Amino acid sequence: MHDKTLTELAAALAAGEFSSRELTEFLLARIDRLDGELNSFITVTADAALEAADRADQTRATGQAGPLTGLPLALKDIFCTRGVRTSCGSRMLDNFVSPYDATVVEKLAAAGSVSLGKTNMDEFAMGSSNENSFYGPVKNPWDLAAVPGGSSGGSAAAVAAGLVPAALGTDTGGSIRQPAAFCGITGLKPTYGRVSRYGMVAYASSLDQGGPMARTAEDCALLLGAIAGHDLRDSTSVARGVPDYREELETSLSGLKIGLPREYFGDGLAPEVEAAVRDAIKVYESLGAEVREVSLPHTELAIPAYYVIAPAEASSNLSRYDGVRFGHRCENPTDLVDLYKRSRAEGFGEEVKRRILIGTHTLSEGFFDAYYKKAQQVRRLIRQDFLDAFEDVDVLMGPASPTPAFDLGAKKDPVSMYLQDIYTIAINLAGIPGISVPAGFVQERPVGLQILGPHFAESRLLNVAHRFQQATDWHRRQPAFGKENA
Amino acid sequence: MQWEAVIGLEVHVQLATQSKIFSGASTAFGAEPNTQACAVDLGLPGVLPVLNEGAVAMAVKFGLGINAEIPETSVFDRKNYFYPDLPKGYQTSQMYQPIVGPGEVEITLDDGTTKRIRVHHAHLEEDAGKSLHEDFHGMTGIDLNRAGTPLLEIVSEPDLRSAREAAAYLKAIHAIVTYLGISDGNMAEGSMRCDVNVSVRPKGQETLGTRAEIKNVNSFRFVEKAIAHEIERQVELIEDGGTVVQETRLYDPEADETRSMRTKEEANDYRYFPCPDLLPVVLDQAYVDHLRATLPELPAEKRARFQDELGLSAYDASVLASSRAMAEYFEAVKDVCGDAKLAANWVQVELAGRLNKEGLDIADSPVTAEQLGGLVARVKDETINGKAAKQVFAALWDGEGESADAIIEARGLKQVTDTGAIEAMIDQVIADSPVQVAQYREAAPEKRGKMIGYFVGQVMKASRGTANPQQVNALLKDKLDNA
Repeated sequence: MHDKTLTELAAALAAGEFSSRELTEFLLARIDRLDGELNSFITVTADAALEAADRADQTRATGQAGPLTGLPLALKDIFCTRGVRTSCGSRMLDNFVSPYDATVVEKLAAAGSVSLGKTNMDEFAMGSSNENSFYGPVKNPWDLAAVPGGSSGGSAAAVAAGLVPAALGTDTGGSIRQPAAFCGITGLKPTYGRVSRYGMVAYASSLDQGGPMARTAEDCALLLGAIAGHDLRDSTSVARGVPDYREELETSLSGLKIGLPREYFGDGLAPEVEAAVRDAIKVYESLGAEVREVSLPHTELAIPAYYVIAPAEASSNLSRYDGVRFGHRCENPTDLVDLYKRSRAEGFGEEVKRRILIGTHTLSEGFFDAYYKKAQQVRRLIRQDFLDAFEDVDVLMGPASPTPAFDLGAKKDPVSMYLQDIYTIAINLAGIPGISVPAGFVQERPVGLQILGPHFAESRLLNVAHRFQQATDWHRRQPAFGKENA
Repeated sequence: MQWEAVIGLEVHVQLATQSKIFSGASTAFGAEPNTQACAVDLGLPGVLPVLNEGAVAMAVKFGLGINAEIPETSVFDRKNYFYPDLPKGYQTSQMYQPIVGPGEVEITLDDGTTKRIRVHHAHLEEDAGKSLHEDFHGMTGIDLNRAGTPLLEIVSEPDLRSAREAAAYLKAIHAIVTYLGISDGNMAEGSMRCDVNVSVRPKGQETLGTRAEIKNVNSFRFVEKAIAHEIERQVELIEDGGTVVQETRLYDPEADETRSMRTKEEANDYRYFPCPDLLPVVLDQAYVDHLRATLPELPAEKRARFQDELGLSAYDASVLASSRAMAEYFEAVKDVCGDAKLAANWVQVELAGRLNKEGLDIADSPVTAEQLGGLVARVKDETINGKAAKQVFAALWDGEGESADAIIEARGLKQVTDTGAIEAMIDQVIADSPVQVAQYREAAPEKRGKMIGYFVGQVMKASRGTANPQQVNALLKDKLDNA
């Protein structure tokens, strides 16, 4: 049961092979047994999950079941959930129980899905290894010595380990795609504005986007259809119809024009990863696609631009954590300044403080033009690179990450960690969608193929990913971890 | 040395929207603390702002009302600073691309002349909450009901030259926003607040002196007093050999003085940047034109029309146009009675005097404009004389009759213009006053003018005030002089 896709589970529920309650109990037991080691969940909401499963079974009994009814999911602990702690991986919000549901949480609940709980993450979504969590690092189920990637590391590891068939993540600079690649699952970052950010704790507002993480592109299509759409509570969500993302999954790839950005195959890319990605491209050629090299000339500016814009927005977004209304407050403050200083010093971890400092600096008087304004200009150039490339090709492909999952504790220097996101970060700056699909292994650690498309081309991306998964079985591989307990 | 003050005002006007600028919570004043603050106002993790279209429309109306440029695009920025009653740690405001561009406001000076004050721009922003220091025993309470209330900050150019001008400017802004119905203009509840920039320089000097900013001056009277005080402080300081430092000062109305709050060195770096949660506001021409079509006649236009078309004096026109309620009342009186000057006179003297005495606003006047118009009409057509008119007004005020006509009828105040009846009364008075008649007739003609008053008084008394005084005068003169 644990290795089935969301789509297979939906069919099994519909066929009455088992109930949502049975499925939920099975997975909760699995979480109970395995997650002590994996640490992929921060909060497991067993009681609420069983209640939701019972409701789903009743709904099914009355013939009202929809495509998601009774399907178990997990939510990255960045999505606000009413009555449930929403920690964002931070000590600052360890005591924060949200009084409201995020829009996507509402939508998933309304669709009858069953949330098993809240998954671990890098604090405030800042990190690429899930080592920056107040709740401790998450292990990669493929190799417990390896990181699962970040910041949606808990969601990726939980799906990979078969604790839950799908989860929501968020992606500000690669936080869905890179952990999906490291854990051998499929993860989609939608177009900016496609999925409401209301109730998603903000890291960098102009880059943050929620999206599905699952075993297959087909499952991602199912989930995206449930969470996408215009939200009156999020002014940056786009008023544009939501198609059935499953409709075009089977479309032929004959004549598909694939661009390989030269800059994504240069220095720093592990040769074994490159080999796996090139093998995947061959699969596409065999499916009738045409491949050509393209250039995204401003690629090298993406990381510097990102590390100006994202921290700038973060420094402002995280100002609300001041110990006054909610969240961590220091003991016995002597005055207001002491309250601010100690609450924030105690509540935030190192990486969060680093980015707040960077962001505060880049926005300060005398530096704003040189950093923030310049970075915004660079951002426009990067976006234009993609728009130009999509004049000639339908999709772009390359590695999701320069290396497979690295060892826990391996990257002590923040800059080397930042360079992990070299292939993912520009996509957020441009606002386009991207998907990572399993495409092989390097020493038992998964490799992800990243596929990029123009704004709102999610249907095409899912189609391109799905056809690949029909031709390969990388996404079907299971880690040894947890297998014997199936 | 002759000194000249250079003054600029930043007026914060609370817009009269039902809900807040970025959330659906109510903006009603006076509710229990924190009962009108929703998740967005509290700055909870994950919440996002949604711009209230009503606030945009009100800001644009103001811009149109001061003939300002309305830029096609305006952008919200974040002004970052920590304060306990600022829930998000930043205020959403408009720093670089405000919704209202340069415009101008006409003010009326004491001598009845007008002066144009340039407005640099006006921008939309959200209000903060309130910190409550009483009743918390060394702690501070936070009330976030006001957090997120829409404000329009109107920034003038430094065109004002005296405390009086500043007060006149503030009144003009007050009149415009209340005319437009975009603010209740209630200063006591903080619907209009004002920061003042003041500097002084020797008269004739071009360069500006160093300015001080006085924060939170919240009434017409305090604005005038605070500025007068600040000018005096700066002049004394300079004349004593000191220099003005750039700083923020707070006006204390009880001590009638300003005190230093923080100097330039202590000023915050607000780290403004465009708010990524809000899209730029793009106004198409049709929308602006639609709002323009809804604009009422504004004070300056009214003033001009009162002068040019109704023939009122500059002073009368300016007083009557000073508030929408006053202007509308006056115009209703004028429409009923058909005489603008008489109507102006009655509204400004009799009505305004009584309202003032009773401490009432014109909106609360017990005499309606229709009633007063009916009364003035009877004065105009000489149905009653001035004296009777005052009686009728008093009766209307006290609710002793539905209309002037009813009161005139009930009390028999109708003016007697029947020459025969008046002559009869005159003959009686002459017959009853032989001594006075003899004195009159012996007096030199130039002294008789004063002496005739006695006879007029007697005749009026006999008529219970209803005789037409002009007629009485003429007939008396004729009978006394030509007997």
